Amino acid sequence: MEGIGIWGVPLAIFAGAIRVSTPFIFVSLGESITERSGRINLGLEGTLVFGAMTAYAIAVMSGSPWLGVLAAMATGAIFGLIHGFICKFPKVNDIAIGIAMMQFGLGLAFFLGKPFIQPVAPRLPSIPLGGWSDIPQVQSALNINVLFVIGGLLAVALWWAFKNTRLGLILRVVGDSSDAARAMGLNPDTVRLFATAVGGSLAAVGGAYLSLYYPGSWNEGISSGQGLMAVALVIFARWNPIGCFLAALLFGGAGALGPALQSVGVTQGYYLFYAAPYVLTLAILVATSSPSRSLAGAPGALSITK
Amino acid sequence: MTKLLPMNRRSFLQTTAVGAAALGLSPSLFSATAAAQTALTVGFIYVGPKDDYGYNQAHAEGAAVIKAMAGVTVVEEENVPETVDVQKTMESMINLDGATLVFPTSFGYFDPHMLAMAEKYPDVQFRHCGGLWQEGKNPMNTGSYFGYIGQGQYLNGITAGYASKSKKIGFVAAKPIPQVLQNINSFLLGARSVDPAITCQVIFTGEWSLAVKEAEATNALIDQGADVITCHVDSPKVVVETAAGRGAFVCGYHANQSPLAPEKYLTGAEWAWGNVYTDFVKKAQAGEKLGNFVRGGLKDGFVKMSPLGPAVSAEARTKFDTTLAEMMKGTFSVFKGPIKDNKGGDAVTASQVLAEDAIELESMAYLVEGVVGSTS
Repeated sequence: MEGIGIWGVPLAIFAGAIRVSTPFIFVSLGESITERSGRINLGLEGTLVFGAMTAYAIAVMSGSPWLGVLAAMATGAIFGLIHGFICKFPKVNDIAIGIAMMQFGLGLAFFLGKPFIQPVAPRLPSIPLGGWSDIPQVQSALNINVLFVIGGLLAVALWWAFKNTRLGLILRVVGDSSDAARAMGLNPDTVRLFATAVGGSLAAVGGAYLSLYYPGSWNEGISSGQGLMAVALVIFARWNPIGCFLAALLFGGAGALGPALQSVGVTQGYYLFYAAPYVLTLAILVATSSPSRSLAGAPGALSITK
Repeated sequence: MTKLLPMNRRSFLQTTAVGAAALGLSPSLFSATAAAQTALTVGFIYVGPKDDYGYNQAHAEGAAVIKAMAGVTVVEEENVPETVDVQKTMESMINLDGATLVFPTSFGYFDPHMLAMAEKYPDVQFRHCGGLWQEGKNPMNTGSYFGYIGQGQYLNGITAGYASKSKKIGFVAAKPIPQVLQNINSFLLGARSVDPAITCQVIFTGEWSLAVKEAEATNALIDQGADVITCHVDSPKVVVETAAGRGAFVCGYHANQSPLAPEKYLTGAEWAWGNVYTDFVKKAQAGEKLGNFVRGGLKDGFVKMSPLGPAVSAEARTKFDTTLAEMMKGTFSVFKGPIKDNKGGDAVTASQVLAEDAIELESMAYLVEGVVGSTS
């Protein structure tokens, strides 16, 4: 294979955006549903890692990666239900419960995942969209995983559903004002319970992508904080699902910058390039902040905005 | 485990544990037959999972060897961060399990953690993997052991040199510390002994274990035309699987990764810690003094090579075997001058021939000519 020189950098950013972003997409979409209902689930890092372990374990045992993804979704939903159930009690802080659930998920995943570090699981399939190009690098970059496509479609569907469906309206009302929701005859706790469960199951899909596709292996260090960063991305994206998708792409692409620059010979200061995604996040947050108004789009009942 | 116990309780436990250990050490009280070997409890501490196809697995395989020895009890703890956590782990191994020989295997455990524990427990022997111990500066109940694995990377380089068609090979490295730099340089020098036109691209990930970044680095190297990849990270699993998935050949590191890529795996430089630990334990059981600064390479049985894979040509096999034979005799030098560094300066002067145990190699801060990369 011939090297492709400096073109490797934009290609790597593009390919990295697709390869690395999927866990961010799923976790942030899940969290956007939960937060729109007026709750924060900080435990998604634990759910993500537990989902990664479950998906890998089930894929090893059954030979089917898709069964692994489904199992991960189920466990993610259970984690969400636990969080949602505990948080309905008065004077329970959802952030504290989230942190506890994160540690619980990590610990349980490490404990149960021990026998699955060695075996090799079947991987999720990808769609080769690069057949038109003769360049193997481009072909490889355009091997797009099915979950990435589903994530993109889901982002659009959620964006539409928040605005145009009855379910979206219920979610938003509960998230903006518990009193208004009660006046409409809705039970905010039930809505939040299910919103947290759906959020958890989506986060677990993000974990399944990590263990079953890229990098495609289960061990205790599989997540480098994707679950936590994705929660921050939701705020960064102003609770807008399409914004979540784009923010995830940006994050993935910026993360690919460090290795790509080294591979073309820009070898000085790689620690600085590795900080690129975080610097970028800070810069955008500063650029879009305003001293005179509060965050646009923030659900009113969210504990951080109260 | 016992991490949350407060200190006063710990000191209470210490006294009771010492009492219990004293009872345990007089075998005649309990059994007349177990007197052949002195009972010895050995603690192993790993920074990651012990079945990671990498650094920790290599140590755990060594621990498994001594587990089979008579009179030896092994206690292990995985995923111990290089923080005050490791001190707590050591304390509980010493106080609760009665360990009298402790192997904290990760680089960052040494200072201040192991040194602090060594001062607190002068009767316990501590041996750290990584080679930072200095006579006169560090306590005598501590020590370090390490292997010269650079020659293994040189042999990796020979197989890579024959397998590469693009004449470009790649190295995924964690941090630019001397041991890593020596591996990168040895890998390239091995490849250049086959074809002096070969270059090696290196990417530093900045951390010992970052799965996604390691996969990205591997992809970036292959996108730039590298067709043989090796690495120095804690768990080479991701690098090996990603590289083989893209069709590149791989050379392993730390442990044998050939089951992950049977067709693409050329060979690998592995640790043989079992021999090292066996030696320490035999000495401890015999009541002899343990070495404070223990080193060895291929010829000493500290390091071994994975069996050659199916993609290694007959020509490569011959050169591999003759070079290995020379190394086993102890007459081989990887760093034989003149060698330039990749900034144009002199790395090794024309008259210098550095043996594998040369002290200069332990402070290596350069990448040799032909390596594309930078140490900062």
